[in-house]
Amino acid sequence: MLKLPSVPGGAPPRPGTPAAEPASLKDNASEAAISALGWLDERTAISGTARWVMFRKVPKGTNWFYTLGTSTMMAFLSQVVTGVFLAMYYDPSPNNAYESMRHINNDVFLGQFVHGMHRWGATTMVVLIFLHMGRTFFFGAYKYPRELNWVIGVILVLLTMIMALTGYLLPWDQRSYWATAVGVNVFASAPIAGPYLGDFLRAGPEFGATTLSRFYAIHMLLLPGLIGGLIAAHLYLVIKHGTTAPPWIEAEIDEDLRKSEA
Amino acid sequence: MNRREKEQYLREYAVLKAKGKPFFPYVIAKDGAMVMIVIGIILTMSYLLGGTIAAKADPTSTTVVPRPEWYYYFVFELLRVVKPAAITPLATVGIPTVCLILLLLLPFYDRGPERHPLRRPIATTAGVLTILVTGYLTWMGAEAGAPTEIAMPPSANVVNKEDPETVELYLKGREELPSLGCLACHQIGENGNHGPGPKLTDIADRLPEAGIAQTLRNPTAPMPSYQSLEPEKFKAVVTYLGHLTKENEENPVEGGGE
Ligand code: HEC
Ligand code: HEM
Repeated sequence: MLKLPSVPGGAPPRPGTPAAEPASLKDNASEAAISALGWLDERTAISGTARWVMFRKVPKGTNWFYTLGTSTMMAFLSQVVTGVFLAMYYDPSPNNAYESMRHINNDVFLGQFVHGMHRWGATTMVVLIFLHMGRTFFFGAYKYPRELNWVIGVILVLLTMIMALTGYLLPWDQRSYWATAVGVNVFASAPIAGPYLGDFLRAGPEFGATTLSRFYAIHMLLLPGLIGGLIAAHLYLVIKHGTTAPPWIEAEIDEDLRKSEA
Repeated sequence: MNRREKEQYLREYAVLKAKGKPFFPYVIAKDGAMVMIVIGIILTMSYLLGGTIAAKADPTSTTVVPRPEWYYYFVFELLRVVKPAAITPLATVGIPTVCLILLLLLPFYDRGPERHPLRRPIATTAGVLTILVTGYLTWMGAEAGAPTEIAMPPSANVVNKEDPETVELYLKGREELPSLGCLACHQIGENGNHGPGPKLTDIADRLPEAGIAQTLRNPTAPMPSYQSLEPEKFKAVVTYLGHLTKENEENPVEGGGE
């Protein structure tokens, strides 16, 4: 007998057999969600990573001090979001920078509020990064095997402080102009590399027009990219090694484990 | 840490970790709560303090004291504390650089297995001292505002003996100078901060007028250049400074001026 290839999607129900219960909306939705996730997982193998990140165990005794790193990251993300909105209206030329900031403050919907969030978010991030650094210092968390994470952290502190310095100039008001003129002079007074650093930051021997666009590029392109990348590396290492237990928590090796190891 | 200590650490850590709780939902909940607080703080500060801006930047005149954000005050204060001008650059750039390198290399010279802060007396003491010193410098930096007028009276030697044009410039310079921010770094009479710049009370004994003008155009860092000040203001300030001598200081006008 000639065998036909089977119908894709299965054979149609034979007449006479009872029809399957019509699937409820909820079943359909969860079915769809699972198959979408399945589709994604089949192509990215993301579920392993997600499980690795979300369901890893965190040592007991982990306390509120351990939230400071995440808080720093959120402050940075807040800076990124508010910064993008400011960049939509800001004009980094000495003639228009100040006017564009005034426009943001006076005309743009919620402009001054977003500007304020960016200003005070910067302060918050600086405070949080130092608190987080203090936490890892006093908990001895920089020791084996987390040395590299500490090094990345110190670079993040440095970049954050440069971020604050370059951002301070951008409103191009009296306060920022003169403070930054002095600040750059401080750098420029350094022995050996100082004069070169000064020329680089000022974009020439004089503090002026090109300085602004240079600071702008550093502030909104170069440093956020570097900081974002380093945070990613930092978090990868945190997850890989796990967070420390507070140093006063003792590990009682329990009997079962000792036996099984022996 | 030697090899045995490393292995022991990893073993103890594995035990602690095995007894811990999963990241989701326990740590996420705690982190989330803290993140909410942080966002709340940012929103509140923005609502209460806003993103204000001062007058437009004007290279030809300064009406504000050059002051950085408060978390840079400690660098600014170092400028003031370290007196001899020859070593100021070493201090202002050198000290933070050395601190940074020490910080960066910390895990490579502090390699003991001990982690408890109370059983690491050297590290803990150094950490606490660093916090106290930075806090103190920041506090001092915050205190050091700049005055808005010069209390030292004009000198009778100038007012009574010089030609009217010079006297006018001299008095104008005395009026203008505080608004230029010089007093953030210099002291004149009782006013201003003693440092990072030298005292200017009797500057004319040390430096002729032309030298003062030269300094303003082409200063040694960290002093900013006042090259693009309006010529009239510039002249007034130079004339005023050019008459600040010890002798003049000792001969104030009757009634202390004004
Ligand atoms: C950011 C701080 C700062 C500001 C602001 C500042 N100066 Fe200075 N000034 C200095 C320093 C530091 C020196 C010493 C430089 C050196 O040793 O060569 C100095 C040196 C001088 C000198 C030479 C003093 C001497 O004994 O050789 C004069 C004059 C002077 N400043 C005048 C002024 C005037 C006028 C203003 C305001 C228009 C002003 N400075 C603003 C920091 C500052
Ligand atoms: C943008 C800045 C930073 C972000 C977003 C960040 C984020 C984090 C996060 C989320 C953790 C997990 C544990 C915790 O939150 O405490 C962590 C751990 C850690 N961080 Fe940071 N961090 C930053 C800067 C720093 C700095 C400046 C240092 C030190 C110089 C540092 C050193 C460490 C170390 C050593 C750990 C491991 C701690 C442990 O396992 O207990 N980090 N970081």
